[in-house]
Amino acid sequence: MFDQFDPVVLARAQFAFTVSFHFIFPAFSIGLASYLTVLEALWLKTGRGVYLDLFRYWLKIFAVVFGMGVVSGVVMSYQFGTNWSVFSTKVGPIIGPLMAYEVLTAFFLEAGFLGVMLFGMNKVGRRLHFFATCMVALGTLISATWILSANSWMQTPAGYAINAQGQFVPAGSWLPIIFNPSFPYRLVHTVIAAYLTTAFAVGGVGAWHLLKDRANAGARTMFSMAMWMAALVAPIQILAGDAHGLNTLEHQPIKVLAMEGDYQPSPNGAPLILFGLPNSAEARVDYEVSIPHLGSLILKHAPFAPLPGLVDFPRENWPPVPIVFWSFRIMVALGFAMLGIGLWSLLARFRRKLYDWSWLHRAAILMGPSGFVAVIAGWVTTEVGRQPFTVYGLLRTAESHSPLAAPAVAASLIAFVIVYFFAFGAGIYYLLRLMAKPPGSGEPPPAPIPQRAAGITPAPGVVAPAGAGE
Amino acid sequence: MASIDLTVFWAGIIGLAVMAYVVMDGFDLGIGILFPSLAVGDERDQAMNSIAPVWDGNETWLVLGGGGLFAAFPLAYGIILPATYPLMIAMLLGLVFRGVAFEFRWRDPRHRPLWDVAFCLGSFVAAFTQGVTLGAILQGIHVEQNAYAGGWLDWLSPFSLLTGIAVVIGYGLLGATWLIWKTEGSSQHHARRVAFWLALATLAALAAVSAATPFLAYDYWRRWFAMPGVLLTAQVPLLVAICAAALIWGLKREFEKLPFLMALALFLLGFVGLGISIYPYVVPRAVTIWDAAAPYSSQAFMLPGALVIIPIILAYTGWAYWVFRGKAGVHGYH
Repeated sequence: MFDQFDPVVLARAQFAFTVSFHFIFPAFSIGLASYLTVLEALWLKTGRGVYLDLFRYWLKIFAVVFGMGVVSGVVMSYQFGTNWSVFSTKVGPIIGPLMAYEVLTAFFLEAGFLGVMLFGMNKVGRRLHFFATCMVALGTLISATWILSANSWMQTPAGYAINAQGQFVPAGSWLPIIFNPSFPYRLVHTVIAAYLTTAFAVGGVGAWHLLKDRANAGARTMFSMAMWMAALVAPIQILAGDAHGLNTLEHQPIKVLAMEGDYQPSPNGAPLILFGLPNSAEARVDYEVSIPHLGSLILKHAPFAPLPGLVDFPRENWPPVPIVFWSFRIMVALGFAMLGIGLWSLLARFRRKLYDWSWLHRAAILMGPSGFVAVIAGWVTTEVGRQPFTVYGLLRTAESHSPLAAPAVAASLIAFVIVYFFAFGAGIYYLLRLMAKPPGSGEPPPAPIPQRAAGITPAPGVVAPAGAGE
Repeated sequence: MASIDLTVFWAGIIGLAVMAYVVMDGFDLGIGILFPSLAVGDERDQAMNSIAPVWDGNETWLVLGGGGLFAAFPLAYGIILPATYPLMIAMLLGLVFRGVAFEFRWRDPRHRPLWDVAFCLGSFVAAFTQGVTLGAILQGIHVEQNAYAGGWLDWLSPFSLLTGIAVVIGYGLLGATWLIWKTEGSSQHHARRVAFWLALATLAALAAVSAATPFLAYDYWRRWFAMPGVLLTAQVPLLVAICAAALIWGLKREFEKLPFLMALALFLLGFVGLGISIYPYVVPRAVTIWDAAAPYSSQAFMLPGALVIIPIILAYTGWAYWVFRGKAGVHGYH
């Protein structure tokens, strides 16, 4: 019944679905791990109980988020082979070791420190516990580094040679592979995105509880911290995004032109198209609303600098322009909305009504999930913008897939959608339930039932005597 | 020369990861398979508690096996996974279901019966598809020009269904003997009764698979029965017979640890037998480990990571099992 579908399109849909779902969780856990480190550091430094309460409050949420990230990540390590076997065979010698290091790092992190962080506060002492928290945060960042290195290599391949079997193999040193041209920009942009995502989630939860009880110390502290992040980091992110865009213009000009909707070359400086409907068939943007010369000002930092258009490049190398065009606008709009909230919070601080301005709180609740949407939109921009290649300019998506049968791919796609919505839907429901509870003083540590280890850590065994009494 | 050694080394690491996965996740999948036979309430809670601290550590070996295969033998990864496409997807979905059911069962007592069903079904599907995958690899994969060249249902055959059932039964035995070790009272009594029948069924399945395998292809026959190799290979069935006898005896005499250890030994011997049948191929009769190997520089680059981290993981795993060495009660380990 699915034979009329193109199996490659279905395979791409399946990969997009599973990886997008997966990406939400690490984006949150990277940010939360660092936030928890800050909270614990503040607690150790000031001794104020509110920091410990917040630490424990977010630790419970972190445990669930991390768990769902691991479960959805297991699927990813097999998706490459099932749907993209030709890609895997050809690129495995380069991508494989990068991903193997990612797996080993994640293992190490889980095995070593997560259990201590989750359950070991009373057993190992404050200093060692803080060390474990730092290592977990560091581990999430190292994992991100490896996986983004692999991803960036697909965008801007470097340091490779092609062997007799047509495989990409290391040409010599691994350094140019790991530190390929887009990697530093992507790493910075993505990690900041994870921090902002977390800041707005934390800010949204804080605002929710402030609306109900302005005096709640935990809600006040988390809201204030989140708003500092918004005010300070959102502008940095916009600058980092700009730098990333310039790097993309250098290495993947077609992607940037698709993001901008620049079909036609602009010899006297490109406009910035705010809205419009990209029409690839006619190579123009219908109903275009644009600001003259602003496009060149942003991309070339000179208003009259010429820019090429998509028509200067072969059409078979164009990505699907409307998707890239729109996902980019969603990401940028959310970025500026985040900046707006940050500035608003500064104004509120100045007027001493940060905890009383209920419209600010309502806006912060509305923006609570904004980071997740922005992260996914940015991900879509860069990955769909890489099309029609898997290894940019070298290996086409149409030549990367497995020998696929449409019924198998379609049936498994449907199964993934159902199972993910059911399984992770329940997980997200439990997360929201945890978030709906106001942070209290004397927040209890995570319950030792079930005696689980998020990883193979024996740490819960350390708390087993307490658990056995429940 | 160095590169050849490294290839064997990586084959060993991946073999170790798969073996570690099979024996460790085997018993906790087995408990999922046995779940419907356990009484609602204390028996189920005890069984869950007995594996709660270790199950997701067990499962991470699967990631290491898959990731390691991708990195060190990309060609094999690119052939085996598309050849077993529906099996792999079903296995992953089964594991997802089972993993979240594990967590949510405790958080959401109102829907516990639902999560118990998810736990059982997920475990069964994961075990069965792993077994069918084994059969599919053993019976041979159609490879042309270094790529999978068959259809999406090539894996389906009486032989692969047999191996699927065999693995389900075998995991069930591991789970039952684990419960004998780790629980007491009615749970233990129940597990002992089930284990006896599962032991017989496992031996029957092992015999059926072993009898069928050498006839799949000439090569397997020669590996097992040609002189003088038979002097060595004959030790495997001999040891199987000894372990099987010890298993049955241990069950009858109501030993607590021996049955689990003997069930593990049976799995190890099965694994050795598979090694005899397959090595040095990774896709039998089509692709050897050297054909499939990533270049030396890729394998060498990963070496420090593997040499540092895998021993740490092993040490932690050992410690985790040591910490949870006692009996599991209704509320967790004593």
